[in-house]
Amino acid sequence: MKASNQLWKARLEDRLSAGLGAEIDVFEHELALRRQGKIDERVFAETRLRRGVYGQRYDNGQRHDGRAAQVLAYPERKPTKGPHTLWDAPGMQRIKIPFGGLDAAQLETVADLSEEYSDGIAHVTTRQDFQLHYVHIDDTPALMRRLAAAGITTREACGNSIRNVTACPLAGVCRDQTFDVTAYAKMTAYYLLGHPECQDFGRKFKIAFSGCKTNPCALVRMHDLGAIAATREVDGEVRRGFEIYVGGGLGTVPYQAQLFTDFLPVEELLPLCIAIARVYSRLGEKKNRNTARIKFLVNRLGLEEFRRLVFEERAALSDDPKWAEALGGLAEYDEGPSRPAGLLEIGPAQSEEFRAWRARNVYQQRQAGYATVTIALPLGDITAAQLRVVADVARQYTRETIRTTVEQNLVLRWLSEADLPAVYSAFQSAGLAEPLAGTIVDIAACPGTDTCKLGIASSRGLAAELRTRLLERGMERDEAIGGLRIKISGCFNSCGQHHVADIGFYGVSRNKNGYTVPHFQVLLGGQWDENAGAYGLAIGAVPSKRIPEALERITGRYVAERRGNERFQEFIKRIGKAECKRMIEDFAAVPPHDQDASFYTDWSDAREFTVGDIGVGECAGEVVSPVDFQLAACEREAFEAQLQLEAGQVQEAAQTAYQSMMHGAQALLRLRLGAPPEDAERVAAEFRTHFYDTQLFFDPFAQGKFAQYYFMAHERNGAAVDEDAARRRIEEAQLFLEAAHSCYGRIMTAQRTF
Amino acid sequence: MQHINVKIFAQQPIMIDIGQAIPIFHRWIQDRATDELLVDVADYRHVPEGPGVMLIGHQANYSMDNAGGRLGLLYNRKLSDNGSIQERLRQAYDSALAACKRLEDEPEFRHKLKFHPGDCEVIFNDRLLAPNDEQTYQTLKPELELFFGSLWGHGAFDLGKKGEPRERLRVRAALRSVSLPAV
Repeated sequence: MKASNQLWKARLEDRLSAGLGAEIDVFEHELALRRQGKIDERVFAETRLRRGVYGQRYDNGQRHDGRAAQVLAYPERKPTKGPHTLWDAPGMQRIKIPFGGLDAAQLETVADLSEEYSDGIAHVTTRQDFQLHYVHIDDTPALMRRLAAAGITTREACGNSIRNVTACPLAGVCRDQTFDVTAYAKMTAYYLLGHPECQDFGRKFKIAFSGCKTNPCALVRMHDLGAIAATREVDGEVRRGFEIYVGGGLGTVPYQAQLFTDFLPVEELLPLCIAIARVYSRLGEKKNRNTARIKFLVNRLGLEEFRRLVFEERAALSDDPKWAEALGGLAEYDEGPSRPAGLLEIGPAQSEEFRAWRARNVYQQRQAGYATVTIALPLGDITAAQLRVVADVARQYTRETIRTTVEQNLVLRWLSEADLPAVYSAFQSAGLAEPLAGTIVDIAACPGTDTCKLGIASSRGLAAELRTRLLERGMERDEAIGGLRIKISGCFNSCGQHHVADIGFYGVSRNKNGYTVPHFQVLLGGQWDENAGAYGLAIGAVPSKRIPEALERITGRYVAERRGNERFQEFIKRIGKAECKRMIEDFAAVPPHDQDASFYTDWSDAREFTVGDIGVGECAGEVVSPVDFQLAACEREAFEAQLQLEAGQVQEAAQTAYQSMMHGAQALLRLRLGAPPEDAERVAAEFRTHFYDTQLFFDPFAQGKFAQYYFMAHERNGAAVDEDAARRRIEEAQLFLEAAHSCYGRIMTAQRTF
Repeated sequence: MQHINVKIFAQQPIMIDIGQAIPIFHRWIQDRATDELLVDVADYRHVPEGPGVMLIGHQANYSMDNAGGRLGLLYNRKLSDNGSIQERLRQAYDSALAACKRLEDEPEFRHKLKFHPGDCEVIFNDRLLAPNDEQTYQTLKPELELFFGSLWGHGAFDLGKKGEPRERLRVRAALRSVSLPAV
């Protein structure tokens, strides 16, 4: 697309490392071959994904414009860039930032690229990456060369590979850390990048490092592999190592990572990664993407067997000279200040705004006289002009010690406290000094329906709306709720990390009054602390447009009824999930379309949410079908399972969750058979025949995954389960029922259309 | 010279909520309001001095842009075009102006939003082809003088290079009769 694309190669030739330059040349060659139809589209799709070149919403050339599904008629006929993915349709470029670390020049490069190839916005993700949206694939080689010239690679930013290695953004300056994990995270990221042992995974693999156990900054326990800094005294000498966790992950059904070993000497870190990669490559699922993450392998094998296999692989590994080389390189990592330590006295001369910013956005480092400043980015977005301001400040006051965070913010480390007023002033003039870091207003949200192909509801639209309303009410200053975390995902895939928020939301849809209505499931009681120590559970779906009211009620109730310094999570636990559900129940109602059409559109989107044209006469607002009733009853059943689990009735909870799925299947069978069977075996068999084999139940992207949850639960029903398994079955039941709602909506829409 | 952007500034007083551009841009997609392929609408109102509300297209993006703290309609040409620089300037300016007029006529903005066709910026959105330096500016200046001279009359306007070297080459073009706010 850009006229200069072909010129960048020659311009940057002497600034690219030979390896990086050659990799991009190969990618450019693959683009050319695909254009000529000489590479299969599926192979090409995985190739580009491994370069961080991702698809984006509507790239199949179809878009519902609010009236009808329309073809996006791109002028030229070209090959696809993957199955159902048009060449000219804009896509997303993910830019991997290992441990979130950047210097000023790198920030400026991202700024330039956002203007020239994207829409002027750089987006920080919940895994410390940058993303640029609306990028044309023809521009990606030039974009990659410019990044490479600044020392950044996009390699393995997506695809079935080792994704960005994340780390606590305070590592090295944190007051609570055991030691600085930065160099270890960096070493691991670059050692594993393109490693031959990591090229045959069935799915992605995410690694995180944390300097301590208690703080949440790295969210170790929701990762495929997590490392927490630990020390041990051996022969009178303090040795560094890691507490290692495996098999965590959010996704549709969240798993807490399990403790693999409580102390792994640092010398063993890279060999262990390779041993785990080998086991995962060899035994991990390859055909069914839905069960291919390592969490399923660990669960299937059991932790003991998984551990045995990993240690067996470790013992069989030949020494790699790069291990020692990498460990030797650790000493080279050196981060410190550029200016002398200073002290800042807070006094009346300083504005109230500055004091608020200092209180919320400034962290006093373990090194006296130095501070780390958080730049709270609204929805993770920053303009090119703002990026340049951050680069300027980083150059002037630090040794360019910038990091991205999993809360979609930026931090600037090693600022002399004496420089804080000047830094504040510079940031304030660029709109970067909002005193909101870590507050209820600092909401994290995945891209959702804005740009993601999987999005169901507008997570960013909701986040922006909540942000505006909370700010209007000054909630960031509220002593009780100001520090709560809100996280929003556009669908069940959890990219917004809704499971680990005090208050989480994920997008779903409901068929109401003959229309499809955007909703969000509400999750309460997730734990951000202790590296994402506990996951919240869903308490019910609320129409998108009533989420702000629901949030106000939930937080209002907490403010009114909390006991002393009772934390939100404790409060939710005390009042119980049944009461939580009651609290939001009345928000479920949706007024008829002709009374209030706003419920039938999403936030920041004027289009009608429905698929297909719906005549006014068919609104039939008050008519609720038996299927609607039965699906609602199933949801109550799934919720009942949660209550049973909460009461320690583990077996009963699993059984109830299974029953909710079976009853959901019966509800749908009503559409095909009239009177559904009662016998559980027959329900499963008929459901398979009418909804699974026909793919009628299939989600466009998850395919038959949610039906498989039901079939698995059916097979295992009655077998003993532990608490974790019961919790997962409840999650699976919830997802199965969401899929049942979607399937029902699709069937009803098709009936109206034809 | 390719990828020419033109931003036409709104006149004070501005009495609109730019959020209302969201339904307008969706209607433009529904009605195929331009010859270009229009794809989607992006909402960046939450970003200070950012792109505001953006209509994403294949050939070009349109945005109710608030960069530099001044609201305007920005036309961002993404595809390369044949023809002379004059023709490309004309294409970008005319597209921006047509969008301005269409916005002024939309029910949500009627009598509340007015653009000044004689107050604009031209941005060359390619740092390799058009680095932001004096030499490039001097090369392009005669082209800009010719273009705006034919539009507004020779000698009736001022041109000025804006921004610092890291930014894209950006030139302010304004009729002398326009009272210029500090940029």
